[in-house]
Amino acid sequence: MDGIGRFLEMGGYAAYVWPALGLTALVLAVLLIASVRNARRREAELAQLEAELGRGDEG
Amino acid sequence: MSARLHAFANPARFLRLARRLLPWTAALAAICLAIGAVWGIGIAPPGKPPPEGQGETVRIMYVHVPSAWMALFVYACVAAASAAAIIWRHPLGHVLARAASPIGACFALLTLATGSLWGAKMWGAWWVWDARLTSVLILFFLYLGHIALTHAFDDPARGARAACILALVGVVNLPIIKFSVDWWNTLHQPASIIRREGPAIDAQMLAPLFFMICGFTFYFFSVWLLRARAELAALRTRALKLRLLAS
Repeated sequence: MDGIGRFLEMGGYAAYVWPALGLTALVLAVLLIASVRNARRREAELAQLEAELGRGDEG
Repeated sequence: MSARLHAFANPARFLRLARRLLPWTAALAAICLAIGAVWGIGIAPPGKPPPEGQGETVRIMYVHVPSAWMALFVYACVAAASAAAIIWRHPLGHVLARAASPIGACFALLTLATGSLWGAKMWGAWWVWDARLTSVLILFFLYLGHIALTHAFDDPARGARAACILALVGVVNLPIIKFSVDWWNTLHQPASIIRREGPAIDAQMLAPLFFMICGFTFYFFSVWLLRARAELAALRTRALKLRLLAS
C-alpha cells in the first residue's frame, strides 16, 4: 500500500502529473468512441438506404 | 453535377484497404500504448530531483512529446491530402483531409494542456507568449479554421477548396514550430531527441517514449481510417439521396 501511495504521490507533483496523463487518456478515449459511433451510424444509414433502393429497383 | 458525383464514386478499393488495415493498426496502437504507459509511468526512472532536474514531472513527457509530434505529423497529412485534392484532383484528398483535422486538433490541444501543466511547475507559469508555445497555439487555430471551413457549407464540395488552401498555406507554420527553439530565445527546452549529437534523453526514458510515439501514431492511423470510412459513407448517402431526388 505504501508503494502505491508513493507512486500516486509522484514525488509531490501529483497535481500536475496525473491531470496531464488523465486528460490525455480522456481526450483520446472520447475521440475514439465518438469516431467509432459516428462511423457505425453513417454506415448503417448508407446500408439502409442501399437496401431500400435495391428493393425499389426490383419492384 | 454528375462530374461531382463521379468524383466520389466507387472508393471501393480504399474501403477494402481500410477494412483490412484497421484491425492491425488498432492492435498495434493498443499494444504500444499499454507497453509505453506502464513502462513510462510505472517503471522508468524519474528525472533528477529539482532544482537541477525535473523529478517526477518528466512523466508528463510521455504524453506531451507524442502529442506534439502527432500535432505536427497530422497537419502534414492534412496538407498532403489537400495537395492531392487540389493539384491532382484525387477524389479521396478532401475526404482524408476532413477526416484527419479533428484528430490533429485534439493532439494540438493536448500538447498545449499537458505543456501548460508541465510549465506551471517547472517554469512557474501556465503560459508564456514565447515562439514555441505561440506557434503551437497557431497550429491549433489552423486546425479549428480547417474544421470550420469544411463544415461551413451544406454542400461539402464548396468548403473543401477553401479548406485545402488554408491547409496548404498553414504548412509554413510547421518549420516555424520545429525550429522555434533554435531561432528565438525561449523557455522551452531545445530538441532533445532528433539532434546531431544523438538523443539527450537517457535510454531508460527514450525506450518507453518510443513506444508512446508509436502508439500515438498507430492510434492516429486507426481513427483516421475510421473517420474516412464515416465520411465516405456520408458522401455516398448524400449522392444516393440526390439521385433519388433527381429521378
